[in-house]
Amino acid sequence: MALLQISEPGQSPDPHQRRIAIGIDLGTTHSLVAAVRNGVAECLPDAQGRVLLPSVVRYLAGGARHIGHEAAAAQTLDPSNTVASVKRFMGRGLADIAGHEALPYDFVSSQDAGGMLRLSTAAGMKSPVEVSAEILATLRFRAEDSFDSDIYGAVITVPAYFDDAQRQATKDAARLAGLNLLRLINEPTAAAIAYGLDNAAEGVYAVYDLGGGTFDISVLRLTKGVFEVIATGGDSALGGDDYDALLADWVLQQLGLQARTPEDKAAVRLAARACKEALTATETAAFSADVAGQRVHFGVKRSDFAAVTAPLTQRSLAAVRRALRDAQIGRDDVQGVVLVGGSTRMPQVREAVAGFFGCEPLTNLNPDEVVAIGAAIQANQLAGNDAAGDLLLLDVIPLSLGLETMGGLVERIVNRNETIPTAKAQDFTTYKDGQTALALHVVQGERDLVQDCRSLARFELRGIPPMAAGAARIRVTFTVDADGLLSVSAREQTSGVEARIDVKPSYGLSDEQIARMLQDGFATAQQDMQARALVEARVDADRLLVATQSALDADGDMLAPDERDAIDALMQALRTALEAGRDAAAIEAATSTLAKGTEAFAARRMNRGIREALAGKNVSSL
Amino acid sequence: MNLQSDDFELFGVPRRFAQERATLDARWKDLQREAHPDRFAAQGAAAQRVAMQWSVRINEAYQRLKDPLKRAAYLCELHGAPIRAEDNTAMPAAFLMQQMQWREALEEAASMAELDALDDETQAARGAAIARCGELIDARQDYAGAAREVRALMFIARFAQDIDSRREQLGQ
Repeated sequence: MALLQISEPGQSPDPHQRRIAIGIDLGTTHSLVAAVRNGVAECLPDAQGRVLLPSVVRYLAGGARHIGHEAAAAQTLDPSNTVASVKRFMGRGLADIAGHEALPYDFVSSQDAGGMLRLSTAAGMKSPVEVSAEILATLRFRAEDSFDSDIYGAVITVPAYFDDAQRQATKDAARLAGLNLLRLINEPTAAAIAYGLDNAAEGVYAVYDLGGGTFDISVLRLTKGVFEVIATGGDSALGGDDYDALLADWVLQQLGLQARTPEDKAAVRLAARACKEALTATETAAFSADVAGQRVHFGVKRSDFAAVTAPLTQRSLAAVRRALRDAQIGRDDVQGVVLVGGSTRMPQVREAVAGFFGCEPLTNLNPDEVVAIGAAIQANQLAGNDAAGDLLLLDVIPLSLGLETMGGLVERIVNRNETIPTAKAQDFTTYKDGQTALALHVVQGERDLVQDCRSLARFELRGIPPMAAGAARIRVTFTVDADGLLSVSAREQTSGVEARIDVKPSYGLSDEQIARMLQDGFATAQQDMQARALVEARVDADRLLVATQSALDADGDMLAPDERDAIDALMQALRTALEAGRDAAAIEAATSTLAKGTEAFAARRMNRGIREALAGKNVSSL
Repeated sequence: MNLQSDDFELFGVPRRFAQERATLDARWKDLQREAHPDRFAAQGAAAQRVAMQWSVRINEAYQRLKDPLKRAAYLCELHGAPIRAEDNTAMPAAFLMQQMQWREALEEAASMAELDALDDETQAARGAAIARCGELIDARQDYAGAAREVRALMFIARFAQDIDSRREQLGQ
């Protein structure tokens, strides 16, 4: 006989107690999805049992698309419509992409799309955000099929060295793919979670993460479930693709050939990658491709490959040195180096890392899967499935943030490697008598001149009361949240005039653009959108009703009678909408009214809860 | 305790210059364990915002407490002796002389060994100034005197940064 579950009085069981939360590694070359199942984090395979999804999207005339293996197979057939390594274009303008002339795509540098480049394909103009969303949506469907259930939310990993525009673009892609983004976390941090928990590691570790298109180095201190990032560094445009490109250039140079057509460029790229991968196991390998109508077959020695690409390996080690210096830690203090990313399979990379740290790198976890596994563990905890879990990530901001001041100089406000979330305020003043507006230009980077940093956004503070030059006190506050995303607010201290922006414009998409893409039926085209919307609305409504009821049971005493009545009425209205049943919009509206109506109550509860918890800590430990 | 409590109160440590780094580190992690937004990820937007405020406040306090320079400056300010580095640049002649010598040595330094030597000397000066700060604050409650030492420490910190950028130039 099955035992009945009986909950404590006043605590009704959550109907969605076990929430399916997934971790996604959205990689340059491959993407993966993982989840915690029966207490163990594992990567989810597709119907054919394959875990890796090639990060390739092929657009066909008429709006159809192929994603993954099928698209990857078409790269040389249809290169200009088959987008690979799209991660390198996220949050980037055309001018940012070194060597874009060698790529087989039809790039469009667009002003109206907020500076981010776009690709012209058989299915129309595509933003890198849309291409990435196709990949995310594919993984989402894979997870939904695996669990035969809706997905509560996802943690998506990004290179630690991604700047604000790249992070924002990734967040936008998640939204387009219909994913509830629980958190963006850094790839090396995710790898450290998977590695650290697997090995019960304590102490200082370095994570060397060389992927298809990005390189990250993070130095972490691991203590009792706390993953504290001490410093991070890297190069968001250095990865296995660059090794392929150098190898291809070198081979063509040896043969006196050039790749001119999109087909040739794609063929050469694939040949270089195959040759590189073969060189991991053997001392010599063949570079074979059809270039300019002629069959090319060229033997490459491992030592040649290492010599040709040595500058890239050195570039990564320079970033490692900088990160150690930022961490104020010597090479000897590092207890172990974890290798992450498929590109760390290259023998010359392993040797260089081992030589630098003077110890053999740790490779006992699959370098392709470790990031997704770590993300899944974090997602499971964020979803509230692991109440006893004491995992805590304390990550840092990878690049300094600043404002442009007179003469094109940068006034630094948040320093790199500061623990997030963080907020910093800085006062500025006017330089002309009677000045009533102030333009602020937010940049990210380590250099002193604005032109050498990356522009994030510009905004204006208007309505400053006319004063003598230098009399106004304008306090600008930078807030970086736990996703590493920035928002900026500015207030004139004497008048209280306030301006606020969410950083987006320089290389991002506007809300309207995203809304339009969503309407275009993007990514969810195969699904019955209306049915889906209704299910989602019902789930959200249920979740909020349960949460509100348990809040009332626990802390109802904090409410005045009229406040309590107002909340009860809103709950009743939502229940009525749910019972009426078929109108997603009505349910959503009632849900959001209840959410708004309980906001102040929730804030008061949280404040009390945290205050008590912190005070308790102090008393017990004094 | 609330968001306006001072750093020492928030961390539950005595309000003085001398602090155990290990205690601060452990307390910081304990506090973040309670307040970090990740602990409230499944509890809605309002909870996230409050957790964010607390978490930011705890990080701010930790940044200030763990860094001797910032901690000293903070204690001076709490005791009515603000640093006002921007409009108080008058420094003793002997200190300025030493700064000039350092700057010259930095410009002439052509090797890592020379930079290391200069770095050692700067670190020693920094250690001495921090010790004097501690003495002035904890033993004598001379906050105006401590504020002068803090200004000297700010010069030294800037110089240490310049050594680092020079190191980068020299390619290490």
